[in-house]
Amino acid sequence: MLKRIRQQWKTYMGGSRMAAAGCIVLAVWILLAVMVPLVSPWSYSAQDAQIRNQGVSLLHWFGTDRFGRDLFTRVWYGAGISLTVGIASALINGAIGVLYGAVSGFAGRHMDLILMRIADIISAIPSMLYVILLTLVMGAGIGSMILGLCVAGWIGMARMVRGEILKLKEMEYAYAARMEGIRPLRILLRHLLPNAAGTIIVNLIFLVPQAIFTEAFLSFLGVGIEAPAASLGTIIQEARSQMMLYPQQMVFPLLVLCVMLLALNMAGTAAEQKAGGRMETVRGREDR
Amino acid sequence: MARYTCRRILTGLLSLFVLITVTFFLVRIIPGSPFQRGGVSESVVEAIEQEYGLNEPLFTQYLSYIGGVLHGDLGISYQDPAVRVTEVIARAWPVTASVGAAALIVSLILGTGLGILSAVSGRRSVKQVISAGGMIAAGIPGFAAAILLMLVFSVKLKLLPASGLLSPVHYILPVAALSLYPAAMVSRLVSSTLETELTKDYVLFARAKGLGRRQVIFTHALKNAYLPVINYIGPASASLLTGSFVVESIFTIPGLGREFVGSITNRDYTLILGLTVFMGAVVILVNLITDLLCAWLDPKTRRAYREERA
Repeated sequence: MLKRIRQQWKTYMGGSRMAAAGCIVLAVWILLAVMVPLVSPWSYSAQDAQIRNQGVSLLHWFGTDRFGRDLFTRVWYGAGISLTVGIASALINGAIGVLYGAVSGFAGRHMDLILMRIADIISAIPSMLYVILLTLVMGAGIGSMILGLCVAGWIGMARMVRGEILKLKEMEYAYAARMEGIRPLRILLRHLLPNAAGTIIVNLIFLVPQAIFTEAFLSFLGVGIEAPAASLGTIIQEARSQMMLYPQQMVFPLLVLCVMLLALNMAGTAAEQKAGGRMETVRGREDR
Repeated sequence: MARYTCRRILTGLLSLFVLITVTFFLVRIIPGSPFQRGGVSESVVEAIEQEYGLNEPLFTQYLSYIGGVLHGDLGISYQDPAVRVTEVIARAWPVTASVGAAALIVSLILGTGLGILSAVSGRRSVKQVISAGGMIAAGIPGFAAAILLMLVFSVKLKLLPASGLLSPVHYILPVAALSLYPAAMVSRLVSSTLETELTKDYVLFARAKGLGRRQVIFTHALKNAYLPVINYIGPASASLLTGSFVVESIFTIPGLGREFVGSITNRDYTLILGLTVFMGAVVILVNLITDLLCAWLDPKTRRAYREERA
């Protein structure tokens, strides 16, 4: 298993400077997100009226916010939440998308038509509505946020996998397998899906920044993760009311978010190049 | 082709109908009444609900809503009974569409220009700078770009206004924020397809018969390279024209996106519903146009449609 992972890693990430840069930045970001809240003498949520809106200092590296919370701790705590939400929902979305797309593409004809129209309709409704519904039913938190992102987040992956399966099932080896009398399910799992692995992995990597982006955007609009927990989007939103006075409170979380997304996009682009050219990826991004 | 068009329109209408149905029931599951707030007694809430027909069975409400939609009536706003949802759309959409159209034009021109430059330029550095710039532009989320632009140009440098849409100058920042991502995508698509087009035989032939380099690029190769761009820009223009939630609320532009965010915080059911239906309709329409345009432009897809029909 470990050997296979290493092999896959080499296939998609090896020998590319862009991939290396992306992964290193990402590793540093994860390390900081894990370590800073543990090591820091400040808490991400404790308020202190004495030290409100302080600038950058040795004591508070990113300054403090309007409630006197240390921003350095808070930003990295928020980055951790953002990463958790992003990775968890990307994994769930990836699994649903692969399953749905594979079934749709493999079944073909009417089944395919119906499944893809259902997907169209689900994606036509703004994801904000889903997240709001879920937060109202389940309460605002990381769980409802991840679920909300998973209602419609899998559709891009499903479309991509469907297209790939549609193409692959017309290949000679698929016909050969069918003539040998191999069961359809086995053909799908053992013959077709492994050949779509490139598309799947590339899309899976891109799902992470997409989910982080959507989460940050929703939190920024005030729907989503609620106090005392905070994601980068929430922190940016909180700084918004006084951005004219203390822009640094907004700039630090913004930069952390942007670098995180850039690193993920770099890793994804590198994998995309390795997997053989651009795969007609028109990743429609709503909510921009 | 005509039959294909008809069928596409029919499926479009069907998906719109299902979209209305699904959104209607989704919005109604939201617990709590839109009229409930501090200081309003139960009986008052009930009376208002009765007035709006909210006490009737859900299915009756649904039927009357569909009936209204068929007559082009999307209901009245719950928060402000003097305002019809169609009026809100009529007021907000031109604003959104003007910003969106400007962003669309900017991103097409900028994206195509940079894409051609990157494909044609012999210098590696030009190519690298453009592709790196494209990655940064595509990787930064729209709202971060909007805030950074605002911080730099209106807070620090005080060059451009930060909010409202009073004069053409007000358009600069929101349009820049909106067109960043599409421009990056267009330039990436143009440069990669143009590069493969330029290696093809017909380009060599056109050059051999004495046509200028510029003419070959613009009239021959670019035409063929533009198909993926149309495929991308179709859905992208749908989202630009229906408004960005973030950019509109950051720059306080009174457009559809801001209305939508507002309607959600106010739990204005009919407004949420009406705006979703309207945006869905625009998306479906634009996708239809894109598909037809692609079929019209590309004989290969046209043939595929014929075969699919047979």
